Amino acid sequence: MPLKNSVAVITGAGSGIGRSVSLKLSEKGMLVVLVDYDKKGGEETLHLVKENGGEGILIQADVSKGSDVERYVSKTIEEFGRIDVFFNNAGVLGIPSLLADYSEETFDRIIAVNLKGSFLGLKYVLKVMEEQQSGVIINTASTAGVQSTPFLGGYSASKHGVVGLTKTAAAEYGPKGIRINAICPGGVVTNMTKDMDMSDPVQNGPLGRPASPDEIANVVCFLVSDEASYMNGSIVTIDGGLTA
Amino acid sequence: MKLEGKVAIITGGAGGLGKETSLLFAREGAHVVVADYNKSLAEETAKEINGIGLGVDVSIRDQVNRMVNEVIEQFGKIDILINNAGITMDSTLVKMTQEQWDQVISINQTGVFHCTQAVVPHMIKEGYGRIINTSSIVGRMGNFGQTNYAATKAAVIAMTQTWAKELGRKGINVNAVAPGFIMTAMTEKMPEKILNGMREKVPLQRLGTPRDIANTYLFLASDDSSYINGAVIPVDGGLSI
Repeated sequence: MPLKNSVAVITGAGSGIGRSVSLKLSEKGMLVVLVDYDKKGGEETLHLVKENGGEGILIQADVSKGSDVERYVSKTIEEFGRIDVFFNNAGVLGIPSLLADYSEETFDRIIAVNLKGSFLGLKYVLKVMEEQQSGVIINTASTAGVQSTPFLGGYSASKHGVVGLTKTAAAEYGPKGIRINAICPGGVVTNMTKDMDMSDPVQNGPLGRPASPDEIANVVCFLVSDEASYMNGSIVTIDGGLTA
Repeated sequence: MKLEGKVAIITGGAGGLGKETSLLFAREGAHVVVADYNKSLAEETAKEINGIGLGVDVSIRDQVNRMVNEVIEQFGKIDILINNAGITMDSTLVKMTQEQWDQVISINQTGVFHCTQAVVPHMIKEGYGRIINTSSIVGRMGNFGQTNYAATKAAVIAMTQTWAKELGRKGINVNAVAPGFIMTAMTEKMPEKILNGMREKVPLQRLGTPRDIANTYLFLASDDSSYINGAVIPVDGGLSI
């Protein structure tokens, strides 16, 4: 699949990894559909895309609501007619605390955005890709999706769930010509982690530093390319060795 | 070009998968050292790409040391090591001979240890390195008739993770690729019925190509994977999920 003039939908496009992926895919000539709950962040990304000579649209949506997800998918089809790449990325971290103190509201919200939001994205985008008989999906899981993550119980549970969704989707839709993989970033310097201590050497693992969003986006660009055409159901850790 | 000016040693570099990698890396601008058990094949492949071809049995430490010395003499550094050399000598557990066990261990496991230990001091000196080890999905799942091979491929994962922990701070990333069923000279000889059975087990409904694996090696050798360390990357069409 040549990336030029093909269509990418990116959720959580208004900041961090989502923004970096939006810019990189746009630089490769893709039409980008930016989805974010935060309109201002989304507008900033769209501005950066256009400043670079790229093309795209912004759709404000809450990925935890089925009607919103249905809308961003149908709007994409209306505008561009297809979805070649789906970066199922929107997520929230929640307020860190021990499980006994973890608030029910925080837990519900994290599961709604990170897990249900990923599920809903798959549900509606897979339908489109199945008709096309082609497509590539990258889900954003996390190192919290493959190992213990103290103080982030809800987040960790949601990301373990994303890993499960990824493997199931890969088994179900691989035979239909659709590849689904997940990335597991470790510490990345973004809005989401701005209140965390990113200098902690233990958290940073063997490379001794957190990642930049671009370092994660480069991996996403590889996974959506034809160079990775035999990768399906892979859970790719990008964590400097933290979970090794 | 993604590997401009980089010096890369590719063990098993004249075989199916290795040769594909040697050619790809050369196209991406690397100085390629084709290290292969078969010296004349190594030289032949090297000739195609203006690289260096060396006959090396990775299970013999002296030969590995000689290889590394020769590369350092020629280029002064080693940026990339692809520990790709490997063999199979299949047999069920009950029938496996001591020789089948020892041979596979000495090349697939001890060979990876030899090459990495000999190369790493030069990478530490430069504060840069990319080491890519070839594991296999059977290193995680086991496989009928492959006690020896599966054991070595699991060992490769453990060595990868250990070296990622030891060498990360020195600017060296260590990762493994875990291929699934790949079309090679070996699979070409298999009956169509068995090949179809293999394809059906893979969600993507096809076998992988040497190019699929070479592309992954290239990605892990390039700057695009700068934060990937200690990872095991399955390239199996979904076979292992």
